[in-house]
Amino acid sequence: MQRRRVVLTGLGPATAFGLGIDPLWAALVEGRSALAPIRAFDASGFRAACGAEVPESFDVKDFVLKSYRKATKVMARDIEIAVGAALTAVRDAGLTTRGTDPDAPPTIAPNRFGCQIGAGLIAADLDELTAALWSSKGTESQFDPEKWGQQGMQDLTPLWLLKYLPNMLACHVTIIHDCQGPSNTITCNEASSGLSLAESQRVIERGAADACLSGGADSKLNPMAYLRQELANRLAPCAVDADATKIVRPFDTAAIGSLVGEGGGILVVEALDTAQARGARILATLSGTGASQSYCEDTVGLVPGTNGESLADAIEAALRDAGISANEIDAAIPYGCGVPAIDAIEADALTRVFGARASSIPLVTLAPNIGATVAGFGAIAVAVAAKCVMEQRLPARLNTHATHGVCASASPSQAVALRHVLVFSPSLGGQNSAAVISRYESHG
Amino acid sequence: MSTRPDTHRVVVTGLGWITPLGHSVDAAWQRLLRSESGMGPITRFDARTFPTTFAAEVRDYDVSKFVADAKVHATAGLNSQFALGAASQAWAQSGLANYTALNRKRVGLYLGAGEGVLDFDQYAAANLAGWQDGATKLDAARWADVAHKCLEQMREVEQEPNMPLAHLAREFGIRGPALNCLTACAASTQAIGEAYSLILRGDADVMVSGGTHTMIHVLGVTGFNRLTALSTSKGDPTKASRPFDATRDGFVMGEGSGMVVLERLEHALARGAKPLAEVAGYGSSADAFRITDIQPEGRGGAASMHQALAQAGIDPLARRIDGRAAIDYISAHGTGTKENDSIETRGVKRVFGENAKDIPMSSIKGMMGHLIAAAGAVEFITCILAIRDGMLPPTINYNTPDPELDLDYVPNVARKAKVDICLSNSFGFGGQNDTLVVKRYE
Repeated sequence: MQRRRVVLTGLGPATAFGLGIDPLWAALVEGRSALAPIRAFDASGFRAACGAEVPESFDVKDFVLKSYRKATKVMARDIEIAVGAALTAVRDAGLTTRGTDPDAPPTIAPNRFGCQIGAGLIAADLDELTAALWSSKGTESQFDPEKWGQQGMQDLTPLWLLKYLPNMLACHVTIIHDCQGPSNTITCNEASSGLSLAESQRVIERGAADACLSGGADSKLNPMAYLRQELANRLAPCAVDADATKIVRPFDTAAIGSLVGEGGGILVVEALDTAQARGARILATLSGTGASQSYCEDTVGLVPGTNGESLADAIEAALRDAGISANEIDAAIPYGCGVPAIDAIEADALTRVFGARASSIPLVTLAPNIGATVAGFGAIAVAVAAKCVMEQRLPARLNTHATHGVCASASPSQAVALRHVLVFSPSLGGQNSAAVISRYESHG
Repeated sequence: MSTRPDTHRVVVTGLGWITPLGHSVDAAWQRLLRSESGMGPITRFDARTFPTTFAAEVRDYDVSKFVADAKVHATAGLNSQFALGAASQAWAQSGLANYTALNRKRVGLYLGAGEGVLDFDQYAAANLAGWQDGATKLDAARWADVAHKCLEQMREVEQEPNMPLAHLAREFGIRGPALNCLTACAASTQAIGEAYSLILRGDADVMVSGGTHTMIHVLGVTGFNRLTALSTSKGDPTKASRPFDATRDGFVMGEGSGMVVLERLEHALARGAKPLAEVAGYGSSADAFRITDIQPEGRGGAASMHQALAQAGIDPLARRIDGRAAIDYISAHGTGTKENDSIETRGVKRVFGENAKDIPMSSIKGMMGHLIAAAGAVEFITCILAIRDGMLPPTINYNTPDPELDLDYVPNVARKAKVDICLSNSFGFGGQNDTLVVKRYE
C-alpha cells in the first residue's frame, strides 16, 4: 500500500536568536553565537554561568489573542516558548486557526489537526514556591509539613500544578489553535522533539490527522533544572567573564562539555495530499524517521550507550523508512553538544552507518551557537535541516578544530547541493531518535 | 525498499500489576471482585493537616523480588521500581524471557510514566537557605551552594520521566524504539495505543507498554488539593472515592504500575505464545477547550471513542447478531470528580446512543485510587481480565444515584457477564483523551 507522504509546511523555531527561522538561519550562516552570561538567574554558583536565552524581547502575550492573555499567567517558561513557537509556525505556514483569527474558517479542520509536543521535566519556579515555603518553616528553619498543610499551601495559586505539567505545552497549543485531533506529549530528554515529529508522521500516515503542530520546547534556565543539567554531567566549566561563545566545541578532541540553550520549535507537519490541495508552500519532506534504545552501562544513560550501535540502528531505521541508502545522505545534524562521551557515541554511530564517508559528511553543529537545547533540539534541528535543503546551503561551524574523524571543524557557510539531510540525537535515558529531511521535489 | 511485515493484528501476551491492592494481577483482581478498597492514611509524608490526608498506597513492596540483579537498579525511584515489578510479571507471562530467538532490536517500549519524586526535605532546605524575610526572589548563588551539598546526583537524574524506560530496557535487553509520553491521566492509555500503532506500522514485533506513577508526595498532594480535585471527605478513607455517586467530591490518589506485552499476532503464534486478548482499536483526541475544564458536551472523549471503535470496525449504535449492544463493558475514566463523571456519562451517551444504557460501565478508581499516568494501563488490564473471567469489577461506594447519571455503573458488587469486547477510556487534565478497544482473541 502506498504510504501517505508527509511534508513540512511551516517552521517555528524559538532560540536565543529569537522566534522564527529567519533570525536563526541568518545567525547560523554568519557564524554567530548567542551564548552569554545567564540573565534569568544568578548562575555564578554553578559550574557554568553562561547559556543561551530566548531574547528578553519575547513576550508570550504577543502570541495569544487578548481573550487568552489570562492563561499566560499559568505558563512555565517552557510552555511560553511552545506557545510562541506554535504561532510562529502557523504564520509561516500561512494557516488560519482560532489563534490567528477566531472568526474566520480554519484552514485545517479542527478534528483533522493534531498536536505532538515534546517536553522536559519542568521545574517549579523557586521564587513563588519558596515564598510560600518560608511561611511554613519550623523553629529550626526546616520545612514544617504541619504548617504547610494548614496554611502555607494556600499561598500557591490554585492552578499552581498546571504550570509544570509537561503536557501543558500541547494543551495550551491545542486550545489556542483548536487542534482536536490526536495530541501527545513525549518526554525523552534530548530525543523528545525528534520522537514527537516522528509520531506526527505516523499519525498523519495512518490517517488520524491531516496536519499536526509538532516539535518540543524546553527551558533549563532556572536554578533547579539547571542544577540537574550540571548533575547529569552536561555543563562545561564557564565563568561569568569567560568568552562563552568559544566554550562549546562539538567533536573536538579537546571538548570540555556543553552550555545549555533554552528553546525549541514547533513545525507544521502535514500530509502531502492536503498540503497540495490547499496550495500550500511545501518547504521540505519528512521522508523517514527511526528510533531505538541504547544499552547503558550505568542503567540511566548519563552516558547514553557504550558505543554508537543503537544510535546507528535508529539512523538506519530512518534511512529504511525514507527508502534511501546511507550514500544518499548529504549532511547531518547531530546533537553535537561538546560533551566528549556523547560526542564519541555520535561519531561512532556515524562511522557504523557511513563507513569511510563518516569523515567527509558535513555536520551541522548548533550547540556552539544556541547551546544544547535538550528537549527542544529535534525540532530546531529539523527546522534547520529544512532550511538547508531549501537554500542548498550549510551554515557556518564554530570552535571545533581537531576532531575524532568526523567533518565538524570550524568553517564558513557554504553553498552545497543537498537532497537529504539527517538529524539525530541520543538522550539521557538512552532513547535515540533520527529523521531524514529531504528537498521537496514536486515531481518526485 | 520496505522490509516491513504485513501486520494486521496485535495481541496481548503478558500482564503485570503493582497496585495498592497487591503486587500481582491475580491477587489484586480477586480483591477488586470482592469490592475491597486500597485507601488508607498517607504514610509517605506527614499529611495530617493537609485538606486530604489519605490515598491508596502500594504497601510492603520490594522490587528486588522482581529483578535479576537489584544492584543494576539501585538508584531507581518509586516509579521505576513499580514499573520493573509490573513489567517483570508481564515479561514472564509472555514467555519472551525464554525465547532465545528473540530479536531485541524488534522489541520496543512505549510507556506513559510520570515524573519522579523530589527529595523534598533536602529540596525545601535548599530553597529556604536561599531565602530571607521580605525576599521576593531566591538568592540563586546561595541556593546553589546548599543544593550542591544536599541534592544528590542520581536522585535528581532518576526524576526524569524517561527513567522507567531506561530501567526496563536494561532489565529486558530492549533495543527497539523507546518512547515515554506524559499526558497526565491519559498517559498510559495513550502509550498502549501508540505502541499498538508502532507494531501495526511494522516498526516492532513486540512492545512492552503501560504506565507507572506516584504523586503521593508533598507537592503532588499540594498541587491537586489546590486544584480542589481531591476528595476531602472526613471519616473512613475507604468511602472517600465515590465515582458516579451524587455525593462524589473528588478523586483519591493511588500509585503503582500496569504493564502489558503487546505482540504482532504472527510473532506470538510462531513462538507458541498464548494470546490473552487482541487490541482492536485506539483513538486519541484533544478537547482544545480549557486547561481547567472538560468540554461540557464530552466532545473530546466522544471523538477518541469514535476513532477507537471505527478502527475496531464497531458501529456503536448497532446491535450484535445475538441482540447484545455493540460492546460489553466500558472501563470508565470515572475519577469521582463532579465534572468528569457527568461529562464522561454524556460522552458515552453521545457515542452509544440508545445502546449506552445496556452497556455496563464501572470505575475501579473507587478501590484502586487514581494512579494518574498509570491509571489507563491498569484499567486496560482490567478489561482483559473481565474478558478472561466473565466478571465485571464494581464501582464501589455507589449509594446515592445522581439523577443525571443514569447508566449502569455496576454498583458495589462485581457481576458475572458475557464479555467479549471492552472499551477503556482515559482523559487527561488539559484535555488529552485516549480510548482503547480490546476484544477476546479468536
